[in-house]
Amino acid sequence: MDADAIDKAPDAAAAWPDQIYGLLKKHDIRQVALVPDAGHSRLIKRCLADNEIQVTTLTTEEEGIALLQGAWLGGQKAVLLMQSSGVGNCINMLSLSHIHRCPMPMLVTMRGDFGEFNPAQIPMGNATQAVLEAMGTLVKRADTPEDIAPTVDATIRLAFNTFRPTATLIGQRVIGAKTFGKD
Amino acid sequence: MLAESGKLDRRELTRALLEDRGEMVVIAGLGAPAWDITAVGDHPLNLPLWGGMGAAAMIGLGLALAQPNRRVLVLTGDGEMLMGIGALATIAVKKPRNLSIVVQDNEHYGETGMQETATKHGVDLVAMAKGAGFPQTMFVTKPGEVPALKAAIHAGNGPFFAVAKIDATSKKLVLPPRDGAIIQARMREAILGPEAHHQL
Repeated sequence: MDADAIDKAPDAAAAWPDQIYGLLKKHDIRQVALVPDAGHSRLIKRCLADNEIQVTTLTTEEEGIALLQGAWLGGQKAVLLMQSSGVGNCINMLSLSHIHRCPMPMLVTMRGDFGEFNPAQIPMGNATQAVLEAMGTLVKRADTPEDIAPTVDATIRLAFNTFRPTATLIGQRVIGAKTFGKD
Repeated sequence: MLAESGKLDRRELTRALLEDRGEMVVIAGLGAPAWDITAVGDHPLNLPLWGGMGAAAMIGLGLALAQPNRRVLVLTGDGEMLMGIGALATIAVKKPRNLSIVVQDNEHYGETGMQETATKHGVDLVAMAKGAGFPQTMFVTKPGEVPALKAAIHAGNGPFFAVAKIDATSKKLVLPPRDGAIIQARMREAILGPEAHHQL
């Protein structure tokens, strides 16, 4: 991780990124769509190194909603990884899940949430859960490291067992807020 | 296949492209392309979109990656393609050989009162696809070019991108099933068999 990167990545000792990767394997997730986020950086590396997972890097998160739809039509399970700001880009596209009853699990790392430094992250971070729920998404938060794996597991199960959009919001309290040296 | 304007008739073009389609899956962007693929023959391997403007090409990518041995055709309009134009970059990077995108370009938003789109003002979608890195592209204006267009769709050397300039006139509405759950389920069954409904 670049020490000068604006976003903060999970501590190297944190177990949860590898636990999420294990859950993707357990649920036979074959496609991962993403706009990168520092919070997901280790998970993204694990997925890229896995020949059984197709990783698609998107130009905007709403493409990922459409990709999940296509993957499911073709019989593959997929998840969308993004940071909270990207949720705003997905709003209308989430209608695809309701039109077709398509499973769409999303794993969202929060910014603008707990101790945020960057004012620009606050509006969308504060609105993330409300926006997802307004579009009929089942949202669960994980605000401790121990909560992340069980919540992600539930989010993936809910999507594929009940055919709808679901999301885990991984709280900024877990990842930490970068302070640009102004501690 | 020509309309009175001297441009390609959208429905005749669609009919020609989908004739003898084999196992090819067709994703149609919302509006006229969805009516077109239905008018020439509703099919379990058709996904006529009722919404999600800008989604067609990316749905095609997800499907093409999941079913690499099956041809996937995205048939959409210029307005729909422009809304999801970033998908050209995303798709070109993934290089799905079995994915084709054909834009039926009438240079207008046909469902909302025929307002002009950017292609009316010179925006060149083929150049954008080339710039993104699509290895195969075509620009089609004449009936005589349609057999080559069809051959390119079936060749499997994609990702393939084409623009077909079509007559702007709206055709008779031929509506597909309106329940998207049925449209999705019948396609999954056609691709995956009865197991589609028991996937865990």
